[in-house]
Amino acid sequence: MRKPKSAYPYWFVLPGAVIFTVLFLAPTVASFWFAFTRWDLYSAQFIGLDNFVQFFKEPFLVQGLWNTLIYAFLTSGTKSIFGLLLAVLLTSGIWAQGFLRTVVFFPVLVSTIGIGITFAALMHPTKGLINVGLDQIGIAGPGWLTSASLALYSIAFVDLWKGVGLATLIYIAGLSAISPDYYEAARIDGATRLQQFWRVTVPLVRPATVTVLTLSLIGGLRSFDLIWAMTKGGPGFSSDVLASVVYKQYQSGFYGLSTAGNVILFVLIAIIIVPMTYLFSRREVHQ
Amino acid sequence: MTRRQLMTGLLATAIASIIFLLPFIFIFVTATKSSQEASLLNFSLPGGWHLWDNFIKVLQARNYMLLLAYLNSTIITVCAVAIMVLCGAMIGYLLQRRSSRWNKIIYAMVMVGLIVPPAVVPTIWVLQGIGLFKTIHGMILIQVAYGLPFSVLMYRNFVAAIPQDLDEAAIIDGAKPLQVFFKVILPLLKPATVTLIVVKSIAVFNDFTHPLYYLPGRENVTVQLTLYNFQSQFETQYNLLFMNILLVTIPPLIVFIFFNRQIVAGMTAGAVKG
Repeated sequence: MRKPKSAYPYWFVLPGAVIFTVLFLAPTVASFWFAFTRWDLYSAQFIGLDNFVQFFKEPFLVQGLWNTLIYAFLTSGTKSIFGLLLAVLLTSGIWAQGFLRTVVFFPVLVSTIGIGITFAALMHPTKGLINVGLDQIGIAGPGWLTSASLALYSIAFVDLWKGVGLATLIYIAGLSAISPDYYEAARIDGATRLQQFWRVTVPLVRPATVTVLTLSLIGGLRSFDLIWAMTKGGPGFSSDVLASVVYKQYQSGFYGLSTAGNVILFVLIAIIIVPMTYLFSRREVHQ
Repeated sequence: MTRRQLMTGLLATAIASIIFLLPFIFIFVTATKSSQEASLLNFSLPGGWHLWDNFIKVLQARNYMLLLAYLNSTIITVCAVAIMVLCGAMIGYLLQRRSSRWNKIIYAMVMVGLIVPPAVVPTIWVLQGIGLFKTIHGMILIQVAYGLPFSVLMYRNFVAAIPQDLDEAAIIDGAKPLQVFFKVILPLLKPATVTLIVVKSIAVFNDFTHPLYYLPGRENVTVQLTLYNFQSQFETQYNLLFMNILLVTIPPLIVFIFFNRQIVAGMTAGAVKG
């Protein structure tokens, strides 16, 4: 008889592994070399830490780093809060619940560039629908995308608008996994609705929270297209993030510097996401 | 349904309509206006109905660029998703069925692929080296490389639900490994495959960043890139720009109407178990 193992030959892995290794893994590994070079795609000259020194010396590049962190934590935090609240609302048996779930979720599937252009028009300082609407009730709306101190937050808002549906969906799945017995027990003990939310829902929906936070943090740290469609990092460099800096340096032909930006993004994601998953998975074991 | 649930529902519907539907209505209304009207960016109903006019103008713009873009995007999406499905199913199947010290490495690679942002310029360097930069083939393979980790993870979980007795029965009947995979396993994985096709088609079709980097040049334009190109060209012709947005929004909308359930399943896959 033939060995049962041979029914699962290793070469099944091969086609995928080759594509992944050549087009994802190899460039990622190579980036750790090219980040330390002056590079024009044909010849690379080792220049040590110069790219990184330059990166942290240029105020606008450093600002890009801060903006990345602000943007990522702001969007993932708000998506998590609003996602949970919407999920609770949309599982409470209200009228038109199914329709509302659809409406909240649909923006997730729409082209980010299309959304970016649409909101850039809606946020137009004088003609945009938002400021015209605010004008009607006597408020002079700010230049949502033209003010340097506001642009990043306006884009973060659009990101929330577009992404909250996915958070809601994940929270709805998480809520449906909580046994109704807990709520019943809490009610018998005389817990108010608010207490039920804080003492039953929030702790028991934790796996969903971890997923939402992790997914949206990774997405937020890497985000590029929405920012590019709405402001291209402007006005000035006020809404630049690491990913847009990488693109701008690439466009200007500073390939080594661009790759250094990529490596910084890599390290940033690693030092945020790895401890986070470790922490969350460990705590779950102790419960 | 209590009275309170009805009232809350009505209120929520009203608020959600303003926040979530208004931007889409704005896209549609602007796409039907004349260019003078559209440049006002206001929310009034169009004075004249220019929907068809604008549609034709957008199609003809830049020598039928949008048609070419639809063709390119379709080719990329179909090929990339097909390869993703096949390679992902094979790896996920092997990963679940055969335990070896390689499994840990493969899992680590899957996590790396899900988390790490691609190193763009070195990728261009690799693509140039193998002659795939600025080619549709190159773009397809890039999409496969970036989408594969999710595909592997999803198939691994679904294969776990297929009893190994089935493979063994087929093997005893004399089936070769490939026959077991294609005739027994893959048909049983159909729910996962449908979900994956739907979710990944939307992702690849909507992708903007990677075609921007790896697929420059007019003849390789994709649908998302036309939006970006038209954004500067149509600065004064918002009606055409929004007609383009409308056209780009329709494919996901159609997919969403027909495959709502699969999308929800794919998006929340593994979310609750962590």
